[in-house]
Amino acid sequence: MIQVQHLTKTFRVARRSGGMKAAAKALFRREYDTITALNDLSFSIDDGEMVGYIGPNGAGKSSTIKVLSGILTPDSGSCLIDGRTPWKDRVAHVREIGVVFGQRSQLWWDVPVADSFELIRDIYKIPDSLYRKNVSELAELLNLKDIIRTPARQLSLGQRMRCEIAASLLHSPKILFLDEPTIGLDAVSKIAVRDFIRTLNREQKTTIILTTHDMQDIEALTERIILIGKGKVLLDGPLNDLKAAGNDHRSLTVAFKGSFPETLPEGVTCSERLSERAVLTVDTAVIPVSEVIASLSREISIDDLSVSGVGIEELVVDLYRQYRI
Amino acid sequence: MRLYLKFLGIHVRSAMQYKSSFFATVFGQLLTSFSALLVIFFVTERYNEVGGFTYQQILLCASVVWAAFALSECFFRGFDMFPSMIGNGEFDRALLRPCNEIFLVLCSKLELTRLGRLIQAAMMLIYALPRCGVSWTLPRILVLVFMLLGGMAAFSGLFLIYAALSFFTLDGLEFMNIFTDGGREHGAYPFAVYGKPVLTLLTCIIPLACFQYWPLTWLLGQNNSLLCALAPAACFIFLIPCVLLWKFGLRHYKSTGS
Repeated sequence: MIQVQHLTKTFRVARRSGGMKAAAKALFRREYDTITALNDLSFSIDDGEMVGYIGPNGAGKSSTIKVLSGILTPDSGSCLIDGRTPWKDRVAHVREIGVVFGQRSQLWWDVPVADSFELIRDIYKIPDSLYRKNVSELAELLNLKDIIRTPARQLSLGQRMRCEIAASLLHSPKILFLDEPTIGLDAVSKIAVRDFIRTLNREQKTTIILTTHDMQDIEALTERIILIGKGKVLLDGPLNDLKAAGNDHRSLTVAFKGSFPETLPEGVTCSERLSERAVLTVDTAVIPVSEVIASLSREISIDDLSVSGVGIEELVVDLYRQYRI
Repeated sequence: MRLYLKFLGIHVRSAMQYKSSFFATVFGQLLTSFSALLVIFFVTERYNEVGGFTYQQILLCASVVWAAFALSECFFRGFDMFPSMIGNGEFDRALLRPCNEIFLVLCSKLELTRLGRLIQAAMMLIYALPRCGVSWTLPRILVLVFMLLGGMAAFSGLFLIYAALSFFTLDGLEFMNIFTDGGREHGAYPFAVYGKPVLTLLTCIIPLACFQYWPLTWLLGQNNSLLCALAPAACFIFLIPCVLLWKFGLRHYKSTGS
């Protein structure tokens, strides 16, 4: 059980304009900007839930993960995870969690993965029988048998990510934080990782918090999403709600000749525009698609046209725009 | 300690991945140890009688300080690399392990090169002990060991302060080297030769003199006060504010974006 209440975290960053003169000035007098990374953030997550934690770059996703995993101390607010405050009770807390940073490795670069696993066993003081059971299960599920004897630096990104995930799970954590676990992976590896995460959540009842920019991850894995922007929770609810909101949106792809109209009817936004092709998002609650087509054909000559439902990606972009983040 | 050895094992194995580099390092270490002999030769050339201490006594003083520094460096120099650990996010990773964070920083950077310096310092100490004009009785040996441990604590405390300060600022920390590397260099002479103000500073604020000058006078029979013999204890007390500063810094840790 994770309970986050009124979490606030600010950073002070030195600011200066570019150039030698400004750099010299900054030597003596610094100007600081206060950046609010988390702004009165509250949510709670039950045991065994799988939650997608999304938001644009700089929204505070990583800061939240760092606070929840005990790396950062917030300015104010409380956070209780299984009755413990992460930053006060760090050692006891991190024993119960696993963290995968998609962009940072936890494996020792120059030694075979198996050696890294053994060191992790010693750090967490994992009993031998449990360790052997976990390693053989993880090797089976993540298909690691052939690569476990290879030094981490010689692995491909997909292989390494599978090892990273295994390394985070050796101590059977109750909660797993995944920070962009599929970043840079090819389609096959992505699907393998997703399948594994789903199995883990279903069979071990591990609570999973997933941050990602990959909307397919979200769609494939999570039932609940928390959308944050500028350090605030903007939307917290089932993914289906979000999809339902998208039901009255249509995507309109038009190939045309002539100059594209500068002003579009209300309820229509242009999400992509090339010289002879444009993609429009139509809010059908405001204006029916047929009317948009009619209005367009008065201004330009349409060569080709297709209408489709809006993907989750556009929905999220739409949400970002709606909340001005 | 067992875990520390495991970490050491990983580092040795990592180093062995690069065969030629590994052998070059081993060879280099042998050379370094050999150069210890040369160091002793030059040291005996360099030091003369200063401030009422004979050359033999200064040799003892120098070798104690160097050995203490080498011991502390061997374990605590990981803190030297600490700003870069913060920079590349490695420290985030360390905080996710269920161990004391100071211990994990120590484990993160183990360099075999430091062993060479340790051997060098040990050889100097072995050379100096029978030649310094002190007849070694059990209490005196105990005080000597106490001096070494105290010195290790004092230098480690300084390394810890250095690391704690890098939670707040990542530049301009070079001044700390006045006390660490400077302490080692100038500690070759008893601190009293630098004058009263320096001695007071190094006794009351940064207790470098507490493991060097004061117990040294006791060893050499210039001073019979028991307080002097027990002065290295101050170095251990010095560790307390150092650890508190570290803990304070940790609460203000900002991490880096990813």
